[in-house]
Amino acid sequence: MATLTYRDALNQALREEMQRDPNVFLMGEEVGVYQGAYKVSRGLLEEFGPQRVVDTPIAELGFAGIGVGAAMGGLRPVIEFMTWNFAVLALDQIVNSAAKMLYMSGGQIPMPIVFRGPNGAALQLSSQHSQAWESWLSHIPGLKVVAPATPADAKGLLKSAIRDNNPVIVLEGEMLYNLKGDVPDSEHIVPIGRADIKREGSDVTLVCHSKTLSVAVKAAEQLAEQNVSAEVLDLRSLRPLDEAAILESVTKTNRAVVVEEGWPHSGIGAQIVDLIQRDAFDELDAPVLRVTQADVPMPYNKVLERAAKASPEKVVAAARRVLYLE
Amino acid sequence: MTATARSPKDTTQAELHLKMLRQMLLIRRFEEKAAEAYALGKIGGFCHLYIGQEAVGVGALTALREDDYVICSYREHGQALIKGISPNAVMAELFGKATGCSKGKGGSMHLFDVNRRFMGGHGIVGGHVPLAAGLGFAIKYKGGDQVCVCFFGEAAVNIGAFHETLNMASVWKLPVIFLCENNRYGMGTAFERVAAVTDIVEHACSYDMAAELVDGMNVLTVYDATRRAIERARKHSHPTLLEVRTYRYMGHSMSDPLHGVYRTKDEVEEQKARDPITHLAGKLKEEGVIDQAALDAMDTEIHAEVEEAVKFADESPDPEPDELFTDVLVD
Ligand SMILES: Cc1ncc(C[n+]2csc(CCOP(=O)(O)OP(=O)(O)O)c2C)c(N)n1
Ligand SMILES: [Mg+2]
Repeated sequence: MATLTYRDALNQALREEMQRDPNVFLMGEEVGVYQGAYKVSRGLLEEFGPQRVVDTPIAELGFAGIGVGAAMGGLRPVIEFMTWNFAVLALDQIVNSAAKMLYMSGGQIPMPIVFRGPNGAALQLSSQHSQAWESWLSHIPGLKVVAPATPADAKGLLKSAIRDNNPVIVLEGEMLYNLKGDVPDSEHIVPIGRADIKREGSDVTLVCHSKTLSVAVKAAEQLAEQNVSAEVLDLRSLRPLDEAAILESVTKTNRAVVVEEGWPHSGIGAQIVDLIQRDAFDELDAPVLRVTQADVPMPYNKVLERAAKASPEKVVAAARRVLYLE
Repeated sequence: MTATARSPKDTTQAELHLKMLRQMLLIRRFEEKAAEAYALGKIGGFCHLYIGQEAVGVGALTALREDDYVICSYREHGQALIKGISPNAVMAELFGKATGCSKGKGGSMHLFDVNRRFMGGHGIVGGHVPLAAGLGFAIKYKGGDQVCVCFFGEAAVNIGAFHETLNMASVWKLPVIFLCENNRYGMGTAFERVAAVTDIVEHACSYDMAAELVDGMNVLTVYDATRRAIERARKHSHPTLLEVRTYRYMGHSMSDPLHGVYRTKDEVEEQKARDPITHLAGKLKEEGVIDQAALDAMDTEIHAEVEEAVKFADESPDPEPDELFTDVLVD
């Protein structure tokens, strides 16, 4: 077991997969000479050369499409977006090309491609640079979507994503790159589609993923001081969703709060609430509540920004409401 | 066929020209049949015909090797046929049948045959242009000497992806031929109404790319220009932009009127006078390579082939209901 940052765990995953399979290559802005906008690709250019660590112009739509074409030609591209805010320029290629290729070709063309990069708000980057895209991306059949919250999951899920023969979206938490955690030394794979209980509890389930794991864990700690035992369920994969794990936890606790970074309207949390009301209605002792970003573009001002984001305090308040403690 | 004495070189050339004539005629007859089937409700959705533009697809694809890639827009029935997908499999796909080249799940706009390296029809204008560069990237990455030809309409030149891709293809020296079929209209919009630069070849300057302006109503000219571009791609891994001037006789799609209000009937007739099939047939007759009787026989044979494709498509089964849920992801 080694202690690694989330960044270095991703770096290890990339390096190991590129060593394992010569058809894996990394393409994106600043991934090579500059060593990555967030230094996830540090050292890879030196090890693998410019043919496999490809610096691109600022042309998200173009290089995402070139990645899709390269996958059609038998390679396994890893396309890095500097952040997912810019990947929105490439949505045509992700949604209309990558996600549909297998289906519209009648099963002839698999699409082993990874689109990855930082997602969600950092600090005071204001409206255009502080967005969480999981609800958009997990809407699309033909894509898989993962959002790791810890260094170990980051490494294990990125490796699974690279080995998958389908297009996989890897949403990295922009605020998580410096997070440290234990990562198993030997071959470490986390299967796509499995949630993970990060903290066991019996009174209420806090469903979270990516950066909201730390929000949920802090909330659980505060709730423990109030004699409430909260279970923290980290989804890790948003498509496919580990429905069994969600239902199992809610069956145990009979109450749930869903925490997400995105906006409330049509958010991923709504999908989870739908699942719970449909398949665990009789287990529920209270309506399921959601904690999301405020339904506004992200403000720059520090105080307003804090008010807009999901926080442990908001999660605690929601948990107390579903427990009828308020 | 008149059998005057010819050198072996002349003979192979005559054979090549005859083959191209036959292929153009096959596309023409196939598309006419598709129009009929569409009118009968056998084909649904959007259906974009290639009538008038046959010389472009035939000239360019004749210059290719079997292991070269082709990728197209939604106006791709012709290229699919020439790349070797059978008329039966193409027609069945238009009919949405299980025996279609995309199992009935793609339709007219999404013909695929990965074994023949026909990498699809794509429905988002300009969206497949970067895919072509990606195929070129993969060829180069693996050290192959194949090339990729990308067909797109002139309206795609106004799309950002076109410019992003040409830039990267040039910087990375990818073996790709960007073949713009300039048929003067994107649906009902004449190119000069929406483009600041109407000579598309000029865009190549911005990307330091080789380019050629080609008469798309002459199959031999298209063939020669494509051969030069292929040589550049195969030998030197340099991309080329070809602007091939052509014309579509029919409406934009089957749901459009023949000429509409955006162009005149006279204009369409004027263009038809330059018909690529008539042109080549005339030339070959003049050279004594073919006579009218042989031409008629060829046409009759093609008619039967296309008739058979319609019958095959008609009699083929719909995809099984389970097919709805297959091919979303691979296991
Ligand atoms: C991005 C996008 N915008 C609009 C359309 C609708 N559309 C389909 S074909 C077409 C015209 C394209 O013309 P051109 O590229 O010249 O090809 P042609 O049809 O002439 O072969 C339009 C506007 C589309 N498919 N994709
Ligand atoms: Mg056009």
